[in-house]
Amino acid sequence: MSGDKILSIDRLAMRFGGIVAVQDLSFAAERKKITALIGPNGAGKTTVFNCITGFYKPSGGAIRLTHDDGTTVALERLSDFRIAKQAKVARTFQNIRLFPGMTALENLMVAQHNALMRASGFTLLGLLGVPTYRDAEKRAIDLATDWLKRVNLIDRADDAAGNFAYGDQRRLEIARAMCTEPALLCLDEPAAGLNARESAALSELLLSIRDELGTSILLIEHDMSVVMEISDHIVVMDHGVKIAEGTPREIRDDPKVIAAYLGADEEEAAAVMEGGA
Amino acid sequence: MTAKPATGTTSILKTAFVNALIALVLFSLMVGIRTEAGASGQLTYWTRFGELASLVAAVFGGSIVIELLRQWIGPTGAEKLVPPAVQSGMSFIGRYLAPALLIFTLLVPVIFYNQRYILDLAILVLTYVMLGWGLNVVVGLAGLLDLGYVAFYAVGAYSYGLLATNFGWSFWICLPLAGILAAFWGVLLGFPVLRLRGDYLAIVTLAFGEIIRLVIINWQELTGGPNGVSGIPRPSFFGIPLDNSDDGLAAKLGIEYSPTHRIIFLFYLILALALLTNWATIRLRRLPIGRAWEALREDEVACRALGINTTTTKLTAFATGAMFGGFAGAFFATRQGFISPESFTFQESALVLAIVVLGGMGSQLGVALAALAMIGGFELFRGLETYRMLVFGMSMVLIMIWRPRGLVGHRAPTVYLTKAKAISSDLVKEGHG
Ligand SMILES: Nc1ncnc2c1ncn2[C@@H]1O[C@H](COP(=O)(O)OP(=O)(O)OP(=O)(O)O)[C@@H](O)[C@H]1O
Ligand SMILES: [Mg+2]
Repeated sequence: MSGDKILSIDRLAMRFGGIVAVQDLSFAAERKKITALIGPNGAGKTTVFNCITGFYKPSGGAIRLTHDDGTTVALERLSDFRIAKQAKVARTFQNIRLFPGMTALENLMVAQHNALMRASGFTLLGLLGVPTYRDAEKRAIDLATDWLKRVNLIDRADDAAGNFAYGDQRRLEIARAMCTEPALLCLDEPAAGLNARESAALSELLLSIRDELGTSILLIEHDMSVVMEISDHIVVMDHGVKIAEGTPREIRDDPKVIAAYLGADEEEAAAVMEGGA
Repeated sequence: MTAKPATGTTSILKTAFVNALIALVLFSLMVGIRTEAGASGQLTYWTRFGELASLVAAVFGGSIVIELLRQWIGPTGAEKLVPPAVQSGMSFIGRYLAPALLIFTLLVPVIFYNQRYILDLAILVLTYVMLGWGLNVVVGLAGLLDLGYVAFYAVGAYSYGLLATNFGWSFWICLPLAGILAAFWGVLLGFPVLRLRGDYLAIVTLAFGEIIRLVIINWQELTGGPNGVSGIPRPSFFGIPLDNSDDGLAAKLGIEYSPTHRIIFLFYLILALALLTNWATIRLRRLPIGRAWEALREDEVACRALGINTTTTKLTAFATGAMFGGFAGAFFATRQGFISPESFTFQESALVLAIVVLGGMGSQLGVALAALAMIGGFELFRGLETYRMLVFGMSMVLIMIWRPRGLVGHRAPTVYLTKAKAISSDLVKEGHG
């Protein structure tokens, strides 16, 4: 793999007591590309995400994030909120974590917390209602509105997020992550529970995030139709180790992947992979 | 009692029978047998089967009545209980209740000018409204269960009491200092405890409330220990004393002096302080910090994923709540003229927390109504003497059954695109993280 890497993971290991969830894992994600992380249930994909975003402290290995300007951040040394705030890594969760009692718009405003805090002079200027803060708030609302339009939820801007249908919640969570204006967006199974039409819309959304905004995406996904269609590069994990990586075409034809994905039943696996194409 | 609504006579009888059986088992030891230490220390006991039988019978009868009521009302509950006309009327009242209440409060000293008792009660209610609003920032908005709020009330009261008696500083200088000192203590206490979640946080804050009280009792040289601080100066009208002297306010205005003037001044003082708390809270809710507090209550993990420093966010909530508690404490000290550790027991923390929970966590109007109901209601039942606590507790239980999420059970959004829609409290999390 050549080119400009935004994220490089080197010999990452994560153990929980005796359980080895991730072992000796090395891969890289290219800038302005979509990198997919796939593998059967329990392969350790979410654990890798939690290590990248600081929710787990890796037992070993290095995670490097290189910004556009060339500065490099060692993510394994930062705590979770600093990774989001300073390293500009945003994420979604496998089991959606919205703020259910707040409206869609409020959810997206909370995502812009750090920028707005600065604009509100760490609350003091905001309390006095200075115009600079009001301008900043207006810009924040504009950004949120823009994202609500992109994810097709603008009509429900003032409804509580907890009332949204499953697919809408997934899209809102992506919009919320994007409102932090991240350099790297990590999505944990964004297509889970979506129907075919919603999955297609999701693919389109992710492609537009990559192409129009130039945000790099790291994607965990079980839905092969989404993965094969939009990924530039795929990393396959099983039992905590990397078993293959390559382009969608290479992965689709890799017998090791097919075997891992559906156990020994290669024919069935092949059928699934084809179906996803 | 079963959650499923029972139908038919047999199932009603069955439910009642099961409940009576449970009552029999429970009460047979609690009521049925009475034990006591005899004259020479031996165990004596006697049975009270008559009382036991009447209790079990009461449970049996009561269960039948409740089941019948339940069938009559039906499973829809509140919707069917309250006809639509009344509901729309209630929403109409809801819209104008807050302004009406405010106007009425402003007029209280005029209406009840000669009723010292009512004025005193109103001041007490307003003090608790202010404390409730202060604690609401911590519990209602940030979702941090704080059982030691009285600690900051105490810090505020002692700050003013000691600064005023030792250095002779005026109330208006000491008031902000009391708030700052309380906020400072809030941060100091907050640092170690905010890593804890839920029940652990509650227990440690409870302990801190007690520690502050014990420190006050034992630090005799500074605080006067159990004897408290006396001779705390009364507040002045921006330097003009409110007394019967020649340069008192009454003399300057050329009106006849009356001790009620001071009461009325105290009334407007606590009203202003409470409204300041309310204004600041409403304002803060619409600022990023307030939204982060509420987001913290909703989902702490998601907050961290969005780059919010949850520790400092919790600390600011803690400190803000503490500051308002400190203001209220300073007011308490100047009103009483005397403070002692007895005023700052856990019971105060529990009362203020009950006001916040009863009011509907996070709702400003709800907290005000709850303070009125709790403090005013408690006075109302004064005639019942021994049964006061019982009646009071029963009415609390009934209110919580009627409105499990508090009197005002919805959340108003802090920002909107087209229309602000109230959010049902079923969706709003309680936090305690
Ligand atoms: N906090 C934890 N404590 C103990 N074990 C854990 C923890 N988190 C993950 N694991 C274990 O690590 C392994 C990998 O889990 P992980 O959630 O990363 O899998 P996954 O690839 O995301 O699976 P899925 O596709 O089902 O989401 C599992 O065996 C899991 O039990
Ligand atoms: Mg997972």
